[in-house]
Amino acid sequence: MILELWQLTVHELSQLLLRKEVSATELLESVWGRIEEVEDQVKSYITLDPEGARAAAAESQRLLESGRPRSALEGIPCGLKDVLSTKGLRTTCGSKILSNYVPPYDATAVQALKEAGTVILGKTNMDEFAMGSSCENSGFFPTHNPWDLTRVPGGSSGGSASAVAAGEAMFTLGSDTGGSVRQPASLCGVVGMKPTYGAVSRYGLIAFASSLDQIGPLTRDVTDCAMVLDFIVKHDPMDSTSVEIKRGSYLEALRPADEAVKGLKIGVPKEYMGKGLEPGVEAQVKKALELLQELGAEVEECSLPHSSYALDAYYVIAPAEASSNLARYDGVRYGYRSKQYDDLIDMYRKTRAEGFGPEVKRRIMLGTYALSAGYYDAYYLKAQKVRTLIREDFDKVFAKFDVIAGPTSPTVAFKLGEKVDDPLAMYLSDIFTIPVNLAGLPGISVPCGFSEGLPVGLQFIGKAFDESTLLRVAYATEQACSLGNMAVLCARALAKGTKEGARG
Amino acid sequence: MSGKYEAVIGLEVHVELNTKSKIFCSCPTEFGKEPNTQVCPVCLGLPGVLPVLNEEAVRKAVQAALALNCEITSYAKFDRKNYFYPDLPKAYQISQYDLPLARNGWIELSGGKRIGIRRVHLEEDAGKLVHQGDITSAAFSFADYNRCGVPLIEIVSEPDIRDPEEARDYLTRLKGILQHIGVSDCRMEEGSLRVDANVSVRPVGSREFGTRTELKNIGSFRAVYRGLSYEIERQSKLLDRGEPVIQETRHWDEQNGVTRSLRGKEEAQDYRYFPEPDLVPLQLDPDWVEEIRRTLPELPEARKARFVREYGLPEYDADVLVSSPPIANFYEECVRLFGEPKTVSNWVMGELFRLLNDSGMEPEELKLRPSELVSLLKMTREGVVSGKIAKDVFEQMFRTGEDPESIVKKHNLVQISDKSALEPLVLQVIAENPKVVDDYKSGKKQAFAFLVGQVMKATKGRANPAVVNELLHKRLD
Repeated sequence: MILELWQLTVHELSQLLLRKEVSATELLESVWGRIEEVEDQVKSYITLDPEGARAAAAESQRLLESGRPRSALEGIPCGLKDVLSTKGLRTTCGSKILSNYVPPYDATAVQALKEAGTVILGKTNMDEFAMGSSCENSGFFPTHNPWDLTRVPGGSSGGSASAVAAGEAMFTLGSDTGGSVRQPASLCGVVGMKPTYGAVSRYGLIAFASSLDQIGPLTRDVTDCAMVLDFIVKHDPMDSTSVEIKRGSYLEALRPADEAVKGLKIGVPKEYMGKGLEPGVEAQVKKALELLQELGAEVEECSLPHSSYALDAYYVIAPAEASSNLARYDGVRYGYRSKQYDDLIDMYRKTRAEGFGPEVKRRIMLGTYALSAGYYDAYYLKAQKVRTLIREDFDKVFAKFDVIAGPTSPTVAFKLGEKVDDPLAMYLSDIFTIPVNLAGLPGISVPCGFSEGLPVGLQFIGKAFDESTLLRVAYATEQACSLGNMAVLCARALAKGTKEGARG
Repeated sequence: MSGKYEAVIGLEVHVELNTKSKIFCSCPTEFGKEPNTQVCPVCLGLPGVLPVLNEEAVRKAVQAALALNCEITSYAKFDRKNYFYPDLPKAYQISQYDLPLARNGWIELSGGKRIGIRRVHLEEDAGKLVHQGDITSAAFSFADYNRCGVPLIEIVSEPDIRDPEEARDYLTRLKGILQHIGVSDCRMEEGSLRVDANVSVRPVGSREFGTRTELKNIGSFRAVYRGLSYEIERQSKLLDRGEPVIQETRHWDEQNGVTRSLRGKEEAQDYRYFPEPDLVPLQLDPDWVEEIRRTLPELPEARKARFVREYGLPEYDADVLVSSPPIANFYEECVRLFGEPKTVSNWVMGELFRLLNDSGMEPEELKLRPSELVSLLKMTREGVVSGKIAKDVFEQMFRTGEDPESIVKKHNLVQISDKSALEPLVLQVIAENPKVVDDYKSGKKQAFAFLVGQVMKATKGRANPAVVNELLHKRLD
């Protein structure tokens, strides 16, 4: 079978580009062709930048031809979640309130990718201000899961996940506050990682919940994830919470499957394998863990006793921070402003009433309430205490285990519209990913099988700044599960879905 | 106040630190630039930006806190103070709430009374709105964010101040201390020092506090004095009539000399403070703090003692001179160039203060250079100009900025000591005043002074009085 260029991985394409077997412009045209082919159905992007991408690809090609590529990512087309500030390129954060906002600066992670020579295709769809688990809260339109167009891609980095799965980008960046990279990665059958809090600079990442937000890559496979991570994990003096870490190359830390997991102690929290978990998902997760065991890993049950409080704590802390972070969208300096108003207060009210969607308003209300005089101790302070307990849960488990494993999401991709009217059901979608953000730990979701023809993700959680171990075990999982070329499989499913859609 | 009541006053002073760059970004802090030219994504609060703390701002805040006898908090943190206003681009101010940088300091007033300082904390300044017309009726306003992110310290006093004079004394001393250590230029007219006052009254002898009002829009130390006096009077009258004082913010109306209620009803402001997640807690190294303490510049009290010791000045003179660092520096430079500390002190405290006062100028606005005053003092010492003329020359120097030599030359003010030039005038005065001459000869000694005065008058004050004396005595005795 001859593969299209867009069906290859970053590490494969990197070799082809460096060996001059493929040109950066050819590669871009291949991906662009794919975007034109499927974007109408999938709707991964809020903004596409054909001119910028073509200019960047031409420059990459010039450097490749002259033997001076800037990095192994030279000429690789990628997408950026629309939460990342891009100089001169509209950045909406999925919200009407920023529908006309063009940042005058690049986020540090974006700058790193530009300096590495990547070709930025555009800005991917997301739940408004990264609040949601289905991409249905986008202020513009929902994104569809390319494996089944009637289903959601997950969220909030839904467009970033669907673009990688459907071949509309070789990789993307997303952001993860409570699972927003890992959950859509799981639902779209791609690899998604949330690095340790402080590993990737948040400068230029439009804040949702500052103490939880972290930028992470979504890629076709674990090798690509390691490659991209090598460029974005870096200390940044512009972010006071960015940490200076000594580390080697993540890519070079990858090992053959058996070597990687031999003697590795994997804890499986019993709280993650119980109630609410779809049997199909449970079966695939268990099967993958058995494969790892066969490779020499020691898999044992463990406990994170405070897990059941994580969601509650998260839905106090994240909205509290959001209520403050989103207060700046007041119509005064940039973004949307209501057309009709009587005075300043009226302008604030109408601008925000018209500019924000219902989920964002819900969380601003929750957060404002939690921080109010008289309620602060009962809500915010209490939630911070729970957060400490959750962190301690992980510390205890990591005294005994090297990594924690479990399902990324309790379900496979659900139907569009299925949970929009039931916020609590939607919130439960992140029940296994949220504790990781509360503890500031790294987590990765890697495809481990299919249930009802839809991808299932396995989540690994690691010790702080131990991304290398996570990547090794995820790599081993990928090898052991050998699901085949996911881009090809997804394209097949998408073609079928498109045909059915056309018939229906 | 009728004497029945006593005032309880606490002051909140905001001081801009004179760092080169802003507190959370590298924008310059210079005052008076074109609107919105000293800004970047960070201080404009654009989506996605993050603050990075300027170490120099912390250093200056610690210097100030130490000079105010405060304890430095070993674990301080920043918090967000949330409120909507167009001059605040993030809709929250990064400030310090429950763990401020420093606590428990004091300032000693003239009489030795200590006013407690509850806390000193570090925060960012907001921008400035320029309203088209009156604030209540302006059709639109311009926002200038140059000032946004300039580092501020807020110094909160204990409610230890009992009358407007103490308030003025406290502020003068506070300003002197901050200027001496060089952390702020403390220019009220440029907004680098701003004062809000909390004031209440209570029956003398009562231990409980009355209901307080907060005074805002105070533009000068004089306005602090006037505003507080007005407010104390207003509150006392209310109590006399048995009416309650309403807790509210009141605006000082300088023109009409009254305070006005700013809002119809005090809105219960809830700032929803919570720890700033974008900054790490501020844990100051005790060695670093000690280093700052050790290298703190000379404080006003120490300088005063030195003035008494080194220059032999009376306590009073020393106290007045050190109350303003620009004046103290001016004085010391004059003494270095001229000597005669007491002569210089008399000139500074007499003539210079009078002229500053008359012109409404702040000491830091003084353009006169020490070397210019010293030239004038030398001309006086050498008899080139008389003491009286020197004062006129000084006034001209102050107003026009001209140097004393050219003023003296231009207006022909050189003292006349030449006997041959004065002799005819002396003879003329004697001839024109036979009655006075007779009086003098019959023993009325004061008649002599009149004759000297006549000669001085004839020379427009330029005659050397000693020479005139000598010539008159020669003719009359």
